[in-house]
Amino acid sequence: MNTNKVIQVKELTKVFGDFTAVNAITFDVEKGEIFGFLGANGAGKTTAMKMLIGISNPTSGKATVAGFDVFTNAEDIKKNIGYMSQKFALYDDLTVKENITFFGGIYGLSRKRIKEKAAILIKELGLENVANKLVGSLPLGWKQKLSFSVSLIHDPKIVFLDEPTGGVDPITRRQFWELIYKASHQGITVFVTTHYMDEAEYCDRVSIMVNGKIEALDTPKKLKEQFKVDTMNDVFLKLARG
Amino acid sequence: MKTILYIIQKEFKQIFRNKGMLPIIFVLPLIQLIILSNAATFDVKNIKFGYVDHDHSSTSRELIEKFSASTYFNVHTDFPSEKLASQAMLNGEVDVVLEIPAYFERDLQKEKHNNLGVTINAIDGAAAGVENVYVTQIIQNFNKNLLVDLIQSSGSPKIQPINIVTIPSFWYNETLNYKTFMVPGILVLLVTMITLFLSGMNIVREKEIGTLEQINVTPIKKSQFIIGKLFPFWVIGLGLLTVGLTIAKLIFNIPIIGSLPLMYLYTSIYILVILGIGLFISNFTDTQQQAMFIAWFFTVIFILMSGLFTPIESMPKWAQIITEFNPIKYFVQVMRMVMLKGSGFMDILPLLLKTLFYAIVMNGLAIWSYKKTN
Repeated sequence: MNTNKVIQVKELTKVFGDFTAVNAITFDVEKGEIFGFLGANGAGKTTAMKMLIGISNPTSGKATVAGFDVFTNAEDIKKNIGYMSQKFALYDDLTVKENITFFGGIYGLSRKRIKEKAAILIKELGLENVANKLVGSLPLGWKQKLSFSVSLIHDPKIVFLDEPTGGVDPITRRQFWELIYKASHQGITVFVTTHYMDEAEYCDRVSIMVNGKIEALDTPKKLKEQFKVDTMNDVFLKLARG
Repeated sequence: MKTILYIIQKEFKQIFRNKGMLPIIFVLPLIQLIILSNAATFDVKNIKFGYVDHDHSSTSRELIEKFSASTYFNVHTDFPSEKLASQAMLNGEVDVVLEIPAYFERDLQKEKHNNLGVTINAIDGAAAGVENVYVTQIIQNFNKNLLVDLIQSSGSPKIQPINIVTIPSFWYNETLNYKTFMVPGILVLLVTMITLFLSGMNIVREKEIGTLEQINVTPIKKSQFIIGKLFPFWVIGLGLLTVGLTIAKLIFNIPIIGSLPLMYLYTSIYILVILGIGLFISNFTDTQQQAMFIAWFFTVIFILMSGLFTPIESMPKWAQIITEFNPIKYFVQVMRMVMLKGSGFMDILPLLLKTLFYAIVMNGLAIWSYKKTN
């Protein structure tokens, strides 16, 4: 097994009743890469991601994440990954600090380590003034950034982001991508789904899913050449419209 | 272990940050105990009593006088005819109508025997039964006096009336105070309903807001999560018991004869059953509404079949078998036994073991059905 490939997926399939949500997808993700996982609504991105993070059992195929099999070692995978869902999933009725402490505690960090981490994280995000405010009272953009940072609290090898910038303004999106780059520079592999094609340009490689299948996978530059268009937007439209 | 502490800490913070929670824990028990214990009573009092007197003799007046003197009856209507009396019964103006036939006094003296007509509104069968007993008692009492009168007036002291007098002695609740009977039971409802609803709602709520998924992608163990989640509600349940017992003692002056530690021991196991049921429900529902509906469905069945309001002994056989699966039944029995009879550990041991078994099964099912991976 190539140790540089932190995610290896082969013919991974998920069937709900007679609907095939994910149809035999195959791809690899390199260590430290920002991997864009694109697709229209309902193309099967979230379902595929849920199989990789160990909260949904695949129907068939093979996949390893951080060297662990998704069928047999889902709990080991969970120690090595961070996840930020589409839906904001921190506790609105806890403060910024309390949320950090809680998730740090769940990942088994020591009290001391949690304190250090919390201090760094709050400083980096510029949340000093609201550290003791309830998360529910923060604007969405801040919440998303906090949510991303919390998903990295245990220094995972890979972080999965499911449409992390949905509904936030362009400035915050920009800042968000800066955070992603920073994580990537630290050697964390980033697996991100998005609808924004400008964001797709920021990725090292992108895959485009259509109706449960991966129809294209390469660097943004090569994809544009391949489809003879100028933007990722046009690549996406060509593929998604069939 | 440390992970569990983090969850417990978070849960308590969330519970007490919720403004509605403290009233639920401290005010609801008070209201529920005070209102239900006073209102849910089977004491039959203020019976609306009417009569039709066709005799108009001193004996008939004396009999009616007996009813007036009783604290249970409000004698307020003298009907000139049966027809009017039936009409009044139909309109709900009277509950009991006594009909005294013509020549009642004369026949009674001549034949030492006579019939009275008593009509009781029996829509509420239980109340009608009690009213019947009261009416019969008054008439018997009247009859006894009358018998003595007759014997004396006929001047034949050889025939003594034979009376068998029963002196009932009521154990465990000497004054037949209905509240003494009801309060321990209502306390059970309180502990059960609040812990079941809170725990069932709680985990589904995390499902709804999406935080459960976030928890499921962490390496936390199922058992750690569940223990951390349920422990705060276990504490709240015991807190409710404490509040309830205090109210029972201070406001209702209910005797607490048995041992308090024994009550707490039993309750601490009992709450595990309820929490297991709550968790089980939340595993099979996606929204708080669904969880609420199912929890409510079971609560109603459990309460009505618990022996709290109607004795289990008078249920049909099949229903009695069903009550074996009703945790509330055991709790009601234990509370009444320990509080009112002073039963000891060995007396409640069979119930304790059944409850413990139930707790193990329910929590086993709950943990089994809680899936981090779907």
